[in-house]
Amino acid sequence: MVETFLFWTFAILGIAGAVALVFNPSPVYAALGLILNLFSIAALYLSLQAEFLAVIQIMVYAGAIMVLFLFVIMLLNLQAEQMETRFDLRRGLAFIIGLAFLGEMFYIFRGFATPGQSSFPAEFSFGRVERIGQEMMTHFLFPFEMISVVLLAALIGAVVVARKHTYQD
Amino acid sequence: MDFLQPNVASYLMVSAAMFALGVIGVMIRRNGIVVFMCLELMLNAVNLALVTFSRMHDNATGSMLVFFVMCVAAAEAVVGLSIVLALFRNKLDIDINKVNIFQW
Amino acid sequence: MVALYPLIILLPLAGAALNGLGGLRWAGLRRNESLVGLIGTACVAIPFLVLLSAFFAYPGQPVTFTLFSWIQAGGLDISFSYTLDELSLLMGLIVTGVGALIHLYSMGYMKGDPGYYKFFAYLNLFIFAMNNLILADNLLVMFLGWEGVGLCSYLLIGFWYTDMDKSEAAQKAFIVNRVGDFAMLLAMFWVYNAFGTLSFSGIEEGLRAAESGGGLAAVFGNKLTWIGALVFIAATGKSAQIPLFVWLPDAMAGPTPVSALIHAATMVTAGIYLMARMNLLFLATPEVLTVVVVVAGLTALMAALIAVTQTDIKRVLAYSTVSQLGFMFMALGAGAFTTAIFHVLTHAFFKACLFLGSGSVIHAMEHTHAVKDPQDIRTMGGLGKFMPSTSRTFWISTLAIAGIPGLSGFFSKDEILAHVFFNGYTQPLYFAVWAVGTLTAVLTAFYMTRLAWLTFNGTPRFHAEHAPHESPAIMTAPLWILGVLAAVGGYIGLPYIVGEGKFHLLNHAWLEHRITNRDLHHAMEVHHTMEYFLLALAVLISVGTVYWTVNFYRKHELAGDNKVKSFFGPLYRLMEGKFYWDELYDNALVKPFFRLGRTALQWVDTRLVDGTVNGVGMTAGGLGEFFRKMQTGLISNYVTIIGAGVVLMIAYLIFG
Repeated sequence: MVETFLFWTFAILGIAGAVALVFNPSPVYAALGLILNLFSIAALYLSLQAEFLAVIQIMVYAGAIMVLFLFVIMLLNLQAEQMETRFDLRRGLAFIIGLAFLGEMFYIFRGFATPGQSSFPAEFSFGRVERIGQEMMTHFLFPFEMISVVLLAALIGAVVVARKHTYQD
Repeated sequence: MDFLQPNVASYLMVSAAMFALGVIGVMIRRNGIVVFMCLELMLNAVNLALVTFSRMHDNATGSMLVFFVMCVAAAEAVVGLSIVLALFRNKLDIDINKVNIFQW
Repeated sequence: MVALYPLIILLPLAGAALNGLGGLRWAGLRRNESLVGLIGTACVAIPFLVLLSAFFAYPGQPVTFTLFSWIQAGGLDISFSYTLDELSLLMGLIVTGVGALIHLYSMGYMKGDPGYYKFFAYLNLFIFAMNNLILADNLLVMFLGWEGVGLCSYLLIGFWYTDMDKSEAAQKAFIVNRVGDFAMLLAMFWVYNAFGTLSFSGIEEGLRAAESGGGLAAVFGNKLTWIGALVFIAATGKSAQIPLFVWLPDAMAGPTPVSALIHAATMVTAGIYLMARMNLLFLATPEVLTVVVVVAGLTALMAALIAVTQTDIKRVLAYSTVSQLGFMFMALGAGAFTTAIFHVLTHAFFKACLFLGSGSVIHAMEHTHAVKDPQDIRTMGGLGKFMPSTSRTFWISTLAIAGIPGLSGFFSKDEILAHVFFNGYTQPLYFAVWAVGTLTAVLTAFYMTRLAWLTFNGTPRFHAEHAPHESPAIMTAPLWILGVLAAVGGYIGLPYIVGEGKFHLLNHAWLEHRITNRDLHHAMEVHHTMEYFLLALAVLISVGTVYWTVNFYRKHELAGDNKVKSFFGPLYRLMEGKFYWDELYDNALVKPFFRLGRTALQWVDTRLVDGTVNGVGMTAGGLGEFFRKMQTGLISNYVTIIGAGVVLMIAYLIFG
């Protein structure tokens, strides 16, 4: 009962956060909506017994990335976006495509439905950090090493792109 | 209340709903940073589906992939935001509908 | 030993690469002529030794080795695989053996030439291609060799390419050969259509199966006739028969060792080899063989008539080659495939010796600085005193080709004429061809004796400040080896009347295991005495003609040519003009093509082609101008389109 309640609470909160992100004209509120969404997803991870992922979700996303976003938003001192109210073909298309996609996904995921009972195994063996660490250092060692190279490249790339260029005309 | 019992389909549908919202956001928003955040939303929606499947099959691959997606998302955020900064510095605006330098 | 067999193919290629590319890269190697020559010669001599050991170790069944698989598609399976059987071993021994001697000779002949390394690279490449041609166990790999020798022939004829005439001769050879090669390609298509395979053994099996099955006509219809005719056309190109022989006399523009190796001993026999290889197919198409024998007889006679009038030492030999090739085709046309190969063998010896001897003469004449054209026999004479080795070997080979009894040419030529003759009992047309062949034999004895006598005997017709001198030992040694072989090479094929063919070692012990001849035993037994008559006639005409010719030219010297001229009368002009084949082709093909080309340039090219090309360009530009409007550069538009695409694709996956 408790987990049913928690799941629905966070599912609704997460979708509400997403709606706030997409439809709120102010970038700051949009960012806060996304934070709400990310926290809810972390909570859903917990309910899936993926403790380790839930923790990094909060640390990396909500903690690091979103702070970065907010910093940039504040730095640029952005104004609220002028949301268009009149009908626009492309905006209409966007909603049609989004809803059509949603419909298709629901049509596919219907097949996974087991109304009234949980279809998960009782225990999730890869939720805890020990097993994750073991996997990471054995089967996924090479991707793990590569991701550090990716991060380094991103670091250097960001410095190069954001640096003040002085052109000599 | 039994019909509310969360199962695989409920998690997947939540994930799909978030993804669809992200898609709509990318298409309708003009603010570069918000578009960017919508992308993050889509990534997270996919992550949720991955964790669900990983849990369902009790298999490590999905979880590992989520971990790597997070790392790449972090890298992407860093680079993307620096591009936004560079754009703002040059154009004094980050409205992506006013940036059409791709048209060459 | 089997592990060494790939060397037969690969070593000449390696030699070509080392000398050609290495010489290009390292000036040191380029200047070190003896090293280059040694590499080139060794890369041919070693395959010869390998082939010799394969010959002695031959197990009686074909030995096949595969380098790698080339094409595998459906039922088609082409590999670089090679077969050593009786026929290919014999041909391989001729090619590498004579080839090695000619390489050795070239080390002396080409001394000091700026393209020395290039020459050896081309020669090795030629041997590589020729070995491919001979040893290949399927038509496609053989065709690679076939084209490869054509390329090498082109490169070597035009070796001194700064001389416009020589590079034009090279182009002529290449283009005329293309006609034959095209027929070869068509023949291969037909073969694949008829047999479903390109391998020689597959063709043989297909023919045997059809023969024991529903009969050839029922299984193949007239496909075999087409294949036979096309293979023969291909052979007329490479082996210089009417109507495609015109390139061979011009090919003498190349260095003399090249003429000896490619245009006398080996490459030009490729067509004969191929037809002998496909002997079962030709036996099944007697109508093609009849065409072959008629064309061969005409070619032999015509070339011999032209040779009588020529004054250039190499041109006489070139027309003599065409004529001798005609003899070989006569044998093929008579269904005597082993005899054709026998003549290929003896011809390789004496004709290579003759060409190398002519090279030695040309060297000597150049050295005198006294004559304008070192190849013109009218300014030679009496050279025998100065160059005894060259003179003796040249005379041995001359007598061999003239058919003096006991020398190699006698055995093979007599065998050819006998086979043609005995075919006459079933098809009287062959009697006529035999008569032509006998006449050609008389002419051959005449013009070859004339050539040798005017060159080496009589009084010198040049005024030399420096006396001509004998060539170095590196050049005379091959001459002697080939001269001896030209003398004794015929004893492996004694006539049928000696022990009813038991002493025809080549046929009896070797080639007949692989090649089936047309069965003439019945005619030969019924008309047994005719064999003695033919043999006696052959002895008589060769000895008689040579004796008469020597006396004739001893008496008249060069003036004898005028008497020959008045003897032939109006025919002589035709002979001197080489029967005007070149003029015919020039007016019928070359000039119309040039006119067509000019017209095409003015009309088709400037209007149609340029118009089309410009039109395409402008269309693309206009379309681009139109479609670039689609590229708004706005990310939201792109995302919308991508999203729509994704939705449609998922819909297709679900509902499609």
